[in-house]
Amino acid sequence: MPKLIINGHEIEVAAGASVLQACEQMGIEVPHFCYHDKLSVPASCRMCLVEVEKTPKPVASCGLPAADGMVVHTDSPMVLKARRGVMELLLINHPLDCPICDQGGECDLQDQAVAYGSDHSRYAEAKRAVADKELGPIVKTVMTRCIHCTRCVRFADEIAGTPELGGVFRGEHLEIGNFGGGPLTSELSGNLVDVCPVGALTSKPYAFRARPWELQKTESVDVMDAVGCNIRIDTRGNEVMRILPRLNDDINEAWINDKTRHACDGLKLQRLDQPYMRVDGKLRPASWPEAFAAIAARLKTASAERVAALAGDLVDCESMFALKQLMLALEVPHLDCRQDGATYDMTARAGYIFNSGIAGIEQADAILLIGTNPRHEGTLVNARIRKRWLRGGLRVASIGAAADLTYPHRRIGGSPSAIRDLINGRDAFAKTLLAAKNPMVIVGAGALARPDGAALQALARELAEKFNMVRPDWNGFNVLQRAASRVGGLDIGFVPQAYGLGTRGILEAASSGKMEVVYLLGADEIDMDRLGNAFVIYQGHHGDKGAHRADVILPGAAYTEKDGIYVNTEGRPQLAKQATFPPGEAREDWKIIRALSETVGKTLPYDTLTQLRARLIEACPVIGAMGRLTKAEWKPFGHAGQVAVQPFEPVIANFYMTDPISRVSPTMAKCVTEIQRRDVPEAAE
Amino acid sequence: MSAAGQAKEDFTFTPENLSRAKTIIAKYPEGRQQSAVLPLLDLAQRQNANWLPRAAMDYVAALLDMPPMRVYEVATFYTMFNLAPVGANLVQVCRTTPCWLRGSDDITRTCCQKLGVGLGETTADGKFTVKEVECLGACANAPMVQINDDFYEDLTPESMAKLIDDLAEGRKPSVGSQTGRRGSCAQDGATTLRGKTS
Ligand code: SF4
Ligand code: FES
Repeated sequence: MPKLIINGHEIEVAAGASVLQACEQMGIEVPHFCYHDKLSVPASCRMCLVEVEKTPKPVASCGLPAADGMVVHTDSPMVLKARRGVMELLLINHPLDCPICDQGGECDLQDQAVAYGSDHSRYAEAKRAVADKELGPIVKTVMTRCIHCTRCVRFADEIAGTPELGGVFRGEHLEIGNFGGGPLTSELSGNLVDVCPVGALTSKPYAFRARPWELQKTESVDVMDAVGCNIRIDTRGNEVMRILPRLNDDINEAWINDKTRHACDGLKLQRLDQPYMRVDGKLRPASWPEAFAAIAARLKTASAERVAALAGDLVDCESMFALKQLMLALEVPHLDCRQDGATYDMTARAGYIFNSGIAGIEQADAILLIGTNPRHEGTLVNARIRKRWLRGGLRVASIGAAADLTYPHRRIGGSPSAIRDLINGRDAFAKTLLAAKNPMVIVGAGALARPDGAALQALARELAEKFNMVRPDWNGFNVLQRAASRVGGLDIGFVPQAYGLGTRGILEAASSGKMEVVYLLGADEIDMDRLGNAFVIYQGHHGDKGAHRADVILPGAAYTEKDGIYVNTEGRPQLAKQATFPPGEAREDWKIIRALSETVGKTLPYDTLTQLRARLIEACPVIGAMGRLTKAEWKPFGHAGQVAVQPFEPVIANFYMTDPISRVSPTMAKCVTEIQRRDVPEAAE
Repeated sequence: MSAAGQAKEDFTFTPENLSRAKTIIAKYPEGRQQSAVLPLLDLAQRQNANWLPRAAMDYVAALLDMPPMRVYEVATFYTMFNLAPVGANLVQVCRTTPCWLRGSDDITRTCCQKLGVGLGETTADGKFTVKEVECLGACANAPMVQINDDFYEDLTPESMAKLIDDLAEGRKPSVGSQTGRRGSCAQDGATTLRGKTS
């Protein structure tokens, strides 16, 4: 570990750290543009120059490994002069159009020009102008502002794995762009806006909508998939203006996908802002007491075995817990939080979570994907696999539908028989897994949501055990859930109670008229036609499939409008925070259930969210470990049984539209028409 | 020069060029076949009337299993790759200091006036394109031009005009010095090692 002296103070840093990182570790700010701590280091912008004693010239600190005995100055006259010079050169061709630039107020170039630049320009000659590039619906370009730091090029190459950006022509004519190559195809393209240190790449949907200093910032978590990306919700008044990633090295690092970032414009459209009741076949506005009374009347006459509740994909733990308690009070046994119809065994928590943790992927040296396309089902999990692959020494194989995952992988087969072959050593990848130090399997909904999911789960466990994936120091058995609410729902036990039916059974019963009341808590992804004549209560925030079928609509809150706990696929509980208020008469979901419980005469024993949470954590202690991973005990799970021969199907036909929010988002619609249309000729769904 | 490259059209190597390409690729170690990008682009340009359409770059990218963008970067970096159609004779007039001191401006003017085109333009009959370029490394014989693969040196406006006439009429002018000087020997004969025979 090298020891060096920076500005007169000694510091010891990790071997391989750069001088810039050493400075940051000391809390000394070194201005920089091309350096980004998640990307490779080209050391090309020269903004990070420092003085190192015994070197004749200033050196770029980002590319200089810290060495023993180095004496570094970051504030000597030489450094100050060098920075001013670099800044002057960077600004020569920059248009200085800050007043009309969306980056204004959060621009590295602006900030650093003020802090380290000169107070005037000596440049009187003509500036060059560069044509803007068309990069699709997410990223807007004003290329004259580009300072050629190549962060965007490196992001597309390294993190996104879609090398569609580059520097073409040379010298004075160098242009960053896609050389007319059509829209960016990465699901991570919105991050380009974050990595670009200037206003060259800005957000197209957010263009000219707000200035950063007008925004209220709320730290929250994403619910568009089960990864639980950490986000910041920026609001103005009661409107969500944009969503940005928050750094969390255990989960999403510095990135989020485009749906997480841009589906938020769907929060304003097709909202359920007051209760509705179906009268003479038509939905009519109603008051809360009317709606509750109608529900209470139906629940009173229906016997408990003819009532069911399904929880959807975006639901917080508190409301699932409250609804479960209400249903149990009514002695209703038919509950399920797996609207995809999955029937796998959830008696062992290790059987339904991502045991290694997402960061654990970085320790893996062989990964087998079963029935999953992580690029669509957990984009940031996929990005982590790619990151691991870039480091070298990782082999990936997949059993499932063919897909471009942004890293090379071998497709062993498409159907479950390939798993058996692997266990029996009939495929070469078996050797790879046996030889691997930290082998890993990632099982997706494509396998677990099938009718034979429990048998597949058992088979995957057999495979994990056979290839030594589960040891005291390593658990490589991973389930990639695809819904934000899923692990929470399973932890709470929002699943069929004794003699109760699961999703498939409930739909079966409803379509044959044996289910009288079905309570849909944000459940929109089921086949509504199969609900038969049942009286359907829909509680949720968007006028999507569930609301169209409903007999009573209870308007709830979207994830940005309530405080709620979500447990991600790793089994990590996280807090989503309220950033705005639900529209109109809509209310936070747990409150709706609490109020309804009173009307039906089964008042739930809590009046505040705090009280509810205390109950919830008492019943389900893992949910109390906020932000942390709880190691799940390894014990047998899954049910041995016949596995069907059908090949695994992709579970997400259309990445950009997977839930009621993204389905109405105008930006997501543009992504579908402008990006997806290129690879999927027939629009999905 | 359009940033988007010229319109899409199909491009594949002729069978001979494909086998040449394979020989070139085989020169590089396994997994390093991308090193062949420059010679392959050159081969493609020669096959395609001395310019590189986007389709050719895409084709080379596929052949070398590299992202098309990486090939665009290479093809646009080197000025020897023409990204738009050029005349059958691409006249590149050197204008760097030695040629300039020896009258390259007059050579350029002769070309443009005689052909009735501006710099970077192609004659209506598609026979000539005139460009100015930086040092081509024949300074001792300045001023000079490069036409396609050949150098023509020690030019005067008159010899330049004649060169154009010859090429226009399909004659093959002699390459190298237009004053008859051998290689880059001193213009007035040898100044050293006189009296020695080789
Ligand atoms: S567009 Fe932005 S990120 Fe890309 S090179 Fe230019 S300044 Fe850097
Ligand atoms: S940050 Fe060091 S050279 Fe750009």
